[in-house]
Amino acid sequence: MPSSNGEIHAQEAKRISLRDRYRRFKNHLATALALGAVLLVLAPLIAVLTYLVLKGIGSLNLAFLTKIPTPPGEVGGGMANAIVGSGIILLIGSVIGVPLGIGCGIFLAEYARGRFGNAIRFVSDVLNGVPSIVIGMAAYAIFVLRQSHYSAVAGGFALGIMMVPTIARSTEEMLLMVPHSIREAALGLGIPQWRSTLSITLRTATAGVITGVMLAFARVAGETAPLLFTTLGNAFWNFNINQATAALPLQIFSYALSPYDDWHRQAWAGALVLIILIMGTVSVVRAVAKRGILSGAR
Amino acid sequence: MSFAAPQSPPRPVLSVSQSTIIAKIRNFQDKPRVWSKFADDAFKLLLLICAVSILVILSLICYELITRSHLSIAQFGFKFFLSENWDPVAGDFGAFPFIYGTLVSSLIALVLAVPLGLGVAVFLTEMCPRSLRGPLSFTTELLAAVPSVVYGLWAIFVLAPFVRRYLEPVLARYFGWTGLFSGPQFGIGMLSAGIILAVMVVPIVSSITREVLTAVPQHQREAALALGATRWEMIRIAVLRNARAGILGAIILGLGRALGETMAVTMVIGNNPQIVKSLFAPGYTMASVIANEFAEAPGELYKSALIEIGLALFIVTIIVNAGARLLVWSTTRGVPARVHAQ
Repeated sequence: MPSSNGEIHAQEAKRISLRDRYRRFKNHLATALALGAVLLVLAPLIAVLTYLVLKGIGSLNLAFLTKIPTPPGEVGGGMANAIVGSGIILLIGSVIGVPLGIGCGIFLAEYARGRFGNAIRFVSDVLNGVPSIVIGMAAYAIFVLRQSHYSAVAGGFALGIMMVPTIARSTEEMLLMVPHSIREAALGLGIPQWRSTLSITLRTATAGVITGVMLAFARVAGETAPLLFTTLGNAFWNFNINQATAALPLQIFSYALSPYDDWHRQAWAGALVLIILIMGTVSVVRAVAKRGILSGAR
Repeated sequence: MSFAAPQSPPRPVLSVSQSTIIAKIRNFQDKPRVWSKFADDAFKLLLLICAVSILVILSLICYELITRSHLSIAQFGFKFFLSENWDPVAGDFGAFPFIYGTLVSSLIALVLAVPLGLGVAVFLTEMCPRSLRGPLSFTTELLAAVPSVVYGLWAIFVLAPFVRRYLEPVLARYFGWTGLFSGPQFGIGMLSAGIILAVMVVPIVSSITREVLTAVPQHQREAALALGATRWEMIRIAVLRNARAGILGAIILGLGRALGETMAVTMVIGNNPQIVKSLFAPGYTMASVIANEFAEAPGELYKSALIEIGLALFIVTIIVNAGARLLVWSTTRGVPARVHAQ
């Protein structure tokens, strides 16, 4: 090759290698930025959990779990009534939300492939996005204004409504994973459709459906806004579902904004209990989902 | 050409006893068939009721909000949303400071959360080693499992002091000239509210973006790589460009969440209905004014003004969510918007 030609080639190669190096640099930069984003997102999670454990564990004692709140400013007492109250409200919510959600999910998976099904899917997604405080307001208008007293039922209704879309969509998703051949086999044996849906399709997807239910439960367990003016909160024991009832998130909210140090400590302890409840549910869900029949299909 | 129809063989004549036996068998078979047809219909009806209940719930919420806020609607009309006065004592209500606070805090949240959420989604779907993918995505989704009130608690006692001591002096020194970062530094205010909102919005943006990115066909990636693209070029050209409608949907869904988020914001935004340019200053949002004042609001007009704010929030979030869902659906399923021509 002539030398002048070789020079040109060398320049060309240098240019290309420079451009390549720039492209490779951009590639590494993008990877680093994405990794940085992940770390930056994990930072607050770790910070929140660390503070919860550090600050909460000191105030988490037997009195906290067994006693009811003391009058403002007095040291001691606990959130036993709020923990039980949360249990009652969540139970009411589940009684309303779980059957409706599962029923809706079965309908979407088995009967609604067309336009109507899409409309329901769409509305359920939209309902999922309605702010919880607005749902609380509606529950206030429906129950509290009509009965003119605050009640656990009103709060449970609000939470139940919030569970429906989540459960419906996850149930649908899980049922659609069940292979079609199983359904056809059941129908081929002469089993009526309702029976095949309940004892074959739903049965096969049980683990997945339970996962969805528990996730919805975990999601509403920490909800505060819909309870603010439906169950209102209560400083004493209350087992009457038609009365104002204490709830753990409400108690955390009011204690956090109070001027007393002891109440701040209790707010941290309450938050720790709440997060253990929720994370426990989520972990159980993962264990169940892993062992479930459909785990391979996920 | 035509063929003669084959002669059907003469039907065998049944004796009376034979036909009654067959009739009996038919009867025996029909009874459960009638019953199971009924059971099937009843089952379907029951499920239909469950499904329609979602529609009923949504319309019930809408109906209650409209009827309970008509007092305020009748009194103030559209001016309600433009007036800056919020004076419960004088009975004069205007929602503009709250709308402003909601928009500004959500905007801060999106500015922070969108790059982070996209980064997380891209990392998890395209760059992450397979063994890390499961644990990392689970951990980022845990962010969504932490209740709002717990974030609020953390924000009051940890984030707000941090912002006051470290973040606000730095921002004031270098960006004070913009006017956005000036004035007294409380730590409690729009900025802290926006940051805590961002933490809560990130998991939504990232999980839906991941869903959308996973739906991009594999052969698009392979084609880009085969043409000699680096991984980042492949992501930019083949993945992000194909998924942009869905990503926009994910961002708008994050916006929907930020607009309606209540507790954490209420705990750190300072709850002061004012319109100030500086992000250090306290503000007030639509959701937090409801949370703070609704339970104790005396008087019909006061309550109905708050419900009208709730109604506005409801309508805005419905529009936002509906639009976002359509965008997400258009990329992940092609339903009900038109499928992209590939």
